Amino acid sequence: MAAAVRLAALVLLLRGPGGWGRAEPPRDSLREELVITPLPSGDVAATFQFRTRWDSELQREEVSHYRLFPKALGQLISKYSLRELHLSLTQGFWRTRYWGPPFLQAPSGAELWVWFQDTVTDVDTSWKELSNVLSGIFCASLNFIDSTNTVTPTASFKPLGLANDTDHHFLRYAVLPREVVCTENLTPWKKLLPCSSKAGLSMLLKAERLFHTSYHSQAVHIRPICRNARCTSISWELRQTLSVVFDAFVTGQGKKDWSLFRMFSRTLTEPCPLASESRVYVDITSYSQDNETLEMNPPPLSTYQDVILGTQRTYAVYDLFDTAVINSSRNLNLQLKWRRPPENGYIHYQPAQDRLQPHLLEMLIQLPASSVTKVSIQFERALLKWTEYTPDPNHGFYVSPSVLSALVPSMVAAKPVDWEESPLFSSLFPVSDSSSYFLRLYTEPLLVNLPTPDFSMPYNVICLTCTVVAVCYGSFYNLLTRTFHIEEPRTGGLAKRLANLIRRARGVPPL
Amino acid sequence: MAVTYSSTRRGVAVLAGLLLLSLGSVATSQFEEQAEQFFRSGHTNNWAVLVCTSRFWFNYRHVANTLSVYRSVKRLGIPDSHIVLMLADDMACNPRNPKPATVFSHKNMELNVYGDDVEVDYRSYEVTVENFLRVLTGRIPPSTPRSKRLLSDDRSNILIYMTGHGGNGFLKFQDSEEITNIELADAFEQMWQKRRYNELLFIIDTCQGASMYERFYSPNIMALASSQVGEDSLSHQPDPAIGVHLMDRYTFYVLEFLEEINPASQTNMNDLFQVCPKSLCVSTPGHRTDLFQRDPKNVLITDFFGSVRKVEITTETISLQPDLGVLESRDKEDWMDEELIESLKYAEQLPVAQIIHQKPKLKDWHPPGGFILGLWALIIMVFFKTYGIKHMKFIF
Repeated sequence: MAAAVRLAALVLLLRGPGGWGRAEPPRDSLREELVITPLPSGDVAATFQFRTRWDSELQREEVSHYRLFPKALGQLISKYSLRELHLSLTQGFWRTRYWGPPFLQAPSGAELWVWFQDTVTDVDTSWKELSNVLSGIFCASLNFIDSTNTVTPTASFKPLGLANDTDHHFLRYAVLPREVVCTENLTPWKKLLPCSSKAGLSMLLKAERLFHTSYHSQAVHIRPICRNARCTSISWELRQTLSVVFDAFVTGQGKKDWSLFRMFSRTLTEPCPLASESRVYVDITSYSQDNETLEMNPPPLSTYQDVILGTQRTYAVYDLFDTAVINSSRNLNLQLKWRRPPENGYIHYQPAQDRLQPHLLEMLIQLPASSVTKVSIQFERALLKWTEYTPDPNHGFYVSPSVLSALVPSMVAAKPVDWEESPLFSSLFPVSDSSSYFLRLYTEPLLVNLPTPDFSMPYNVICLTCTVVAVCYGSFYNLLTRTFHIEEPRTGGLAKRLANLIRRARGVPPL
Repeated sequence: MAVTYSSTRRGVAVLAGLLLLSLGSVATSQFEEQAEQFFRSGHTNNWAVLVCTSRFWFNYRHVANTLSVYRSVKRLGIPDSHIVLMLADDMACNPRNPKPATVFSHKNMELNVYGDDVEVDYRSYEVTVENFLRVLTGRIPPSTPRSKRLLSDDRSNILIYMTGHGGNGFLKFQDSEEITNIELADAFEQMWQKRRYNELLFIIDTCQGASMYERFYSPNIMALASSQVGEDSLSHQPDPAIGVHLMDRYTFYVLEFLEEINPASQTNMNDLFQVCPKSLCVSTPGHRTDLFQRDPKNVLITDFFGSVRKVEITTETISLQPDLGVLESRDKEDWMDEELIESLKYAEQLPVAQIIHQKPKLKDWHPPGGFILGLWALIIMVFFKTYGIKHMKFIF
């Protein structure tokens, strides 16, 4: 039987490449992977990736048999002559400052960028039709993509897959920031997976947990890749990625213990039978050194080390196809627990009361070696009454300096000093422990420029009001109470006028 | 069966006729029953168009109304491909929703009508009067995907459910436009003329909802509304954790009624008419059946809310081809090696030198447009009028 099969295969080969026809469907394979990364802020990031690789040249062959590669997307590639397609739907923002660099970030809303093949004559029409079809597949309002929000980048967004030449005329990019991501987008995304949500890692994809997160991003990436190391032929790669960040405060109730059940309300029972690889990676880089240790339950059977995003990282690997991983109760619930020495921290805070007492904040912190620790506090100055201002308020207000009292480990052990015998400068602070010395430091006082009220305002208001009152009321008063007499104009020559002037100066009645 | 025979054969004929009649009556009554069973309503497929027209968080109940009808309709058998769901705003993933990805219909979070398997076809800004009428009449731009089309035929029973804020003769869409009862009636008439439905059930849950079906004039339409003209439809119960009213009363009791229906139940429309009496609903639900040809008591709920499936059971065995598996294709690649000599490579993501030295694409030259042409024509005309042609030689 085997010999007959081999003979048949040989016969097929000899017929030549043109006659493949319906000989056999091109092979496709599925790999699924989940990476769990505990973040420095206490949250946990989970990144799912489902990669379907299909060894077929869609452009050349007429394909009618789809196995793992979804038919909806395969038909899109051949109908619109796509070279690459990248669609992402994201809710939230990846906070690099608190969470570190992401594997693959996406903008909030919907982002679609596509490279067309160079056989496409009217790229804009294909782009519009493609966005309409995608809006139907993913239940998103991608049909709002038109020329008003589409651009053709000239330098960025080079193809991520195989590319011989990159004429940017065939690239289109659009973003819809208002797009909402919800279960109706996750449902068709899940249906593109070979195992849907029935087996393997996709069983963890429950909408109620996935959307109760600080960051949720789901994406579809299609691109051509090398089929083998020699890279003589093309395979199509479909990657479906989903990244979520679970908030320690919201879902973890402040505790830093995580487990698959806590995150997804499900555990893993079996790998996807259609997958060739199904693995869970947990990032244990930051937790293998320090006093703090990360306890993984069940303990990992192997680890993987690599340089990722510029740093050396270590991952604990759980292979779902390894029967030792899924235990006798046929489920895998990874648990991450932190074991750290008891924190001897202390915080005392006394809030201020207006015109009674100031803020007081005292903290006892253990500073790690060769590190920078920043402590910042925000405060507001209450609005003062106008009599409480100093005569020179534009100078600003002072905030008293902070005090840092530190016990610094000393390089050399100190001898206990005899206060009467040793010089005065060595006996300022009593030394109890010879391995460290006490130090008290102060920060600069703070001079804060606060908005100053305009103290000339009352004066200006009084002047203005009095003027207005005087002009208006005064005019009315005059009109109502004064009587007017007609005065005879005085006639006379220049001499008479001069004489009258002199007489007036003397106080004598005029002529 | 009035049959006339010649007088000579009358006796034999009458006897034969009587025999046939007696035999036939037994057989025909059986066939008639079967035939009547089969052609009860005359439809072969079911469609549903469910529309929520309200935006904003405080209109949570309208989205919950629509989703509860969606849930019932899916549960009773209509697949997503035959449902056009239009939700004007997103409540489930709204930042104000304390439980994301859920929409509840009963307080204390008893029933999540959003579910895990929902497909919304028209959402957010796409829910407009124009899109709704286009969906109904089928006059859709050619690039619209299948999931957004109502591909019904003349044997389809369609359920149309609308909810939102309405008034006497109109229904408000997203707080910016309205659809009037006349437009709706005309749209249904277009559907009838194009043979896009067999029977149509129209349910509306808004204030003064009965005004929306007053103007219908096409045959085979049955309509239900949650309140009469001059009455308001009231909401049901608020949930203190979510902070809004979860459902409207009429749809709440319709949902409770539908939860007891299964695909095989024989409940008819008369029961649906009794669903929310004034004591529970405060408003008076109304219905209109004069355009409908069948008697409502013969119309099953599943004729509109469920999906007809004619099942043929066969006992013969069908053998499937075994999957031969995928043959080794490594040899194939060696064979094809000679065709593709040059190997492919990945593009460089940020080729700085190439970017710096690329020339910007020259914009295509376009001939000057109308305004510029007109301006120059004016200038030249004025010039020649001033100086005259004969003076040109002095200038040049």
